[in-house]
Amino acid sequence: MRLKVGKHIMDKTMSEKILSRKVGKNVSAGEIIVTDVDYMFAHDASGPLTIEQLKTMGMKPAYPHKTIIIIDHAVPSPNKTISNNQYQLQRWARGTGSRFSESGEGICHQVLAEDYASPGQIILGTDSHTVTAGALAAFGTGMGATDVAVAIGLGKTWLMVPETIKIKLDGGLPTGVYAKDAILTFIGHLSTEGATYKAIEFTGSTISNMRLDERLTLSNMAVEAGAKVGLISSDEITKKYLESRGRGELFQKITPDEDAEYAETLEFDASKIEPTIAFPDNVDNIKTVSEAAGTEIQEIFIGSCTNGRIQDLQIAAEILKGKKINTNTKLIVTPASREILLLAVQDGTLQTLIESGASVTPPGCGVCFGALGGVPSDGERILTTSNRNFKGRTGNPLAGTYLASPATAAATAIHGEISDPREAL
Amino acid sequence: MNMKGKAWKFGDSISTDHISPGRYFHLRTNLPELTKHTLEDAREEYVKNVKAGDIVVAGKNFGMGSSREHAAIMIKMSGASAVVAKSFARIFYRNAINIGLPAIICNTDKITDGDQLSIDLKAGRLLDETKGFELTFAPIPKAMIKILSEGGLVPYIKKYGDLKL
Repeated sequence: MRLKVGKHIMDKTMSEKILSRKVGKNVSAGEIIVTDVDYMFAHDASGPLTIEQLKTMGMKPAYPHKTIIIIDHAVPSPNKTISNNQYQLQRWARGTGSRFSESGEGICHQVLAEDYASPGQIILGTDSHTVTAGALAAFGTGMGATDVAVAIGLGKTWLMVPETIKIKLDGGLPTGVYAKDAILTFIGHLSTEGATYKAIEFTGSTISNMRLDERLTLSNMAVEAGAKVGLISSDEITKKYLESRGRGELFQKITPDEDAEYAETLEFDASKIEPTIAFPDNVDNIKTVSEAAGTEIQEIFIGSCTNGRIQDLQIAAEILKGKKINTNTKLIVTPASREILLLAVQDGTLQTLIESGASVTPPGCGVCFGALGGVPSDGERILTTSNRNFKGRTGNPLAGTYLASPATAAATAIHGEISDPREAL
Repeated sequence: MNMKGKAWKFGDSISTDHISPGRYFHLRTNLPELTKHTLEDAREEYVKNVKAGDIVVAGKNFGMGSSREHAAIMIKMSGASAVVAKSFARIFYRNAINIGLPAIICNTDKITDGDQLSIDLKAGRLLDETKGFELTFAPIPKAMIKILSEGGLVPYIKKYGDLKL
């Protein structure tokens, strides 16, 4: 039952609940609040500007232990300018007592998931995919360098409490179909601006049973529909993950209230979702893999904050085991963190991938954003497991970028053309 | 705050990758050099011919994608006095206000490339002098007008020392 006190609706969405607890009073969608922040981070792509803005304001970190500098975009550094920038960031972090994640430790969002994010926290990063932390019921959101600089300096930020779109996914995903196919399907429905200024909550039986790594994939791409945050209720799966990461004591159960008010509810039947692919030059330019089958692909990238986790690499290895990639393709594999790289070495996943013809690069953002290796040539098509395919995204505006799951990527690598992973499993 | 200049018309879904291509990552600590690539993957001729005061006009979801503030900074440094679009991506909108670049939401369908525009920000009016029509737009949110009127978030914090929105 919904209790209304004046204009205040007492039943809350996850965003309203997290933000209300944080500011110590009931807040609801549309209100502007100033709130404390639990973690603030900047990486090497936006860090130099963040630090410059802090210096211009004459500020230092209000809470160094909540401030994190992460080197992940250009790993290893390809030139002296970037090396000097990364060195300055390291010096600043050490000098201010802030936390520092060195080149090669991992992509910021993976590092946050492994070592920091916990339910109910507010996390700001100078990167739009900070929404990844929503899979752990943390209000993670990306902002620009100046906003994050102010948050570092003051320990707080301002936000508008967002309205929420509920995406309900029920049933079992078929074999060969993954969270990546589901989120691409959702974005196809919502469009790249369908959730602008809003939160997304992912709910339903599919999500309740979903592994944490796949939840991270869903939350990660909430921003591709324009969302401010992509939240998933914390539960036993969240608790076990936090315990495995040595921070079980930070678990708290956060779920939306039953009668919370939603801007919109979208319902999907998991059994109907197919392997899905985003065609150039927009994430909402969605086709099923069966519709796209046969499109020639010259380069494949398996990695990124969306799909560079151990399970992603294992799925690709399962498909590529004992096979060779097509002679007209290149395959680049980039684990999302050093820990994932090590796991993939220990369990033989990397050996399988390398034997099939993969090149393996160090943990980092890699091929995803077009600044460091793997740039396709004019007219080439690159299929990646990352999150964006805008013109020029992978470094060449004359190439086309396609987005799909690691399974579709592996099946495609074998045939040199877009291929259905259900036939390879 | 008033702006006056020529319209540079862009379509829907101009991403931060179009505005500030990732391949120029290494120039992000050299803003004048980086600015030479503003909107390069949308319209290469923009940055070569844009004049101080000109106005970037676009369709839906301008600035979608990455949180790179460089995208907003580059547009401002290229000489544009404002961006007018049917809608903006959330992070870009915030970034634009934070660095003192007015981001105005209104229906841009009738504006064509090269039209002479003038904007009265306080009154919420855009005049297309070439075609002789006027558009009204919703005022920029109160919290953000405070930031914009100080010239951006850095000068705002330098003046007030805190977020007092």
